[in-house]
Amino acid sequence: MTKETSLMEIRWHGRGGQGAVTSTEMLAQAAISEGKFAQAFPSFGPERRGAPVQAFNRIDSREPVRIRADILQPDYVVVLDPSLLDKVNVTSGLKKGGWVIVNTRKNASEIKSEFKIKYPVATVNATKIAREVLGVPIVNTTMLGAVVKITGVIDKKSTHAPLEKRFGRLGERNIKAMETAFEQVAF
Amino acid sequence: MATRVGVEVSIALADAVKLANPDVIAAYPITPQTHIVEHLAELVANGELDAEYIPVESEHSAMSACLGSSATGARTFTATASQGLALMNEVVYVAAPMRLPIVMAVANRALSAPLSIWCDHSDMMSVRDTGWIQIIAENGQQCVDNIICAFRIGEDKRVLLPVMVHLDGFNLTHVIEPIELPEQSEVDKFLPPCKFPLPLNPDKPVAMGDFAPPIIFTETKWAQEMNIRSSKKVILEIWNKYYKAFGRKYSPVEKYHSDGAKVVLMTMGAIGETASVAIDEMVAEGQSVGQIRLRLWRPFPFEELRESVKDADVLIVLDRAISYGGPGGPLASEVKAAFYDQVKKPKIISFVGGLGGRDITVAGFKDIVKKGIEIAKSGSKKEYEIYGVRE
Repeated sequence: MTKETSLMEIRWHGRGGQGAVTSTEMLAQAAISEGKFAQAFPSFGPERRGAPVQAFNRIDSREPVRIRADILQPDYVVVLDPSLLDKVNVTSGLKKGGWVIVNTRKNASEIKSEFKIKYPVATVNATKIAREVLGVPIVNTTMLGAVVKITGVIDKKSTHAPLEKRFGRLGERNIKAMETAFEQVAF
Repeated sequence: MATRVGVEVSIALADAVKLANPDVIAAYPITPQTHIVEHLAELVANGELDAEYIPVESEHSAMSACLGSSATGARTFTATASQGLALMNEVVYVAAPMRLPIVMAVANRALSAPLSIWCDHSDMMSVRDTGWIQIIAENGQQCVDNIICAFRIGEDKRVLLPVMVHLDGFNLTHVIEPIELPEQSEVDKFLPPCKFPLPLNPDKPVAMGDFAPPIIFTETKWAQEMNIRSSKKVILEIWNKYYKAFGRKYSPVEKYHSDGAKVVLMTMGAIGETASVAIDEMVAEGQSVGQIRLRLWRPFPFEELRESVKDADVLIVLDRAISYGGPGGPLASEVKAAFYDQVKKPKIISFVGGLGGRDITVAGFKDIVKKGIEIAKSGSKKEYEIYGVRE
């Protein structure tokens, strides 16, 4: 490439039913509402509850996103379920200097040594936040806050409208969970 | 003024159908078309769309109901994919000779067996000769725009033909991306109400699609052929009117850096956008490469195709379907036929890839172009190359 790319690629790892696809949707809609170009899509196929799944975001602040293929070399990976870390090679293809953002009780150095991750790691106990704020351990909207903080790709306020639209009367609580993770994510 | 919002392509397509204010929707859900018809059913159930939604028991019934409703002059929409399109096949053939301007979205998906829910163009190729006008969208915006155009094209008195809008299953149907949905008032200005010239009416009985003995059958088929061939100028006219109203331009063969390019890659469908990124990179590296994307599959745009590659020495055609035991890619066959009797023509290299949802990456497209150039130089004994297969 002769010009610097303005494209950011994020790969989400979760389990069927955890709402990874919804997170990508919220992030893309927020970015688009800021006038950016963005794409969100699931790993296509029959969804099975509990099985490892992937979902993808491409966000470009300058030009329309045209690549239509799974993300093999992401800038960031997001892990919604820490039990995936020893089952799925989540850092596969992760670009040099790329980040791993994990929902876990542990801290970054514990995760790095336990799973031999050679990339920067950001951690947040999203399960705890989701339990406290939402009353259920569904971490997708909570992890959105961590992703917004670490990537800096959008203003976190831009996620409010999509979250309100998607969750209706539960919108406010999901926004609170997102904001809490935004504050608490450690890196 | 319409604004760009982040929305799933299937939902946007259904919202575009709503903007066209259809009278009847008859459909049967099938992956990956499901979100389109679910959303339409929702809009009807919520009272946001004043249309009759017929939840039929099969795709064969869906198209049969569409024939009936369209024949009464009702604006009619359906959508399907793959096995659904195969099941409705015999009825799909009936719509064009009966001059019924039904609009159908096809969420392209591989045909069984083995079972695959993922995208390729084998379903599209199975209805090639049904006489429908067939438009291929490359992104969500093109789906929205062409659904609106499809009603106007099909219902134009000079055309009166059914129109399919193809969109790649999953690669488009399940993607959230920025799409601008036109305002209702703008669409109302662009799309006049459906005025079918000879609607079924108990007070003025007519017979349609009647029995035709040998003395008249050839004439009806020739009339049908003249009809679809002459529809191209109306399609161009309506696309041009759409451009004037909404600012987005469509043409049967869309050119991308192809003028003056020595090597041109031809694609159809969503992966054409990935290919464009590869073309950008190759152009930046100093290669004389370009791309053309087919937007109109039927009627086939012979003149536009020839014009678009007039500077090219090599034309690499990528198909997402195989004609088993035949010449390889169905699109490449058409392209070769279009050039056979031309004095100046490029070497046409046929590639098949992206079957049953297999991704082709940017690097993959660069590889295809590189291999295509090599084959053009060295020649090949094979009818076509299959890309990325593990042998």
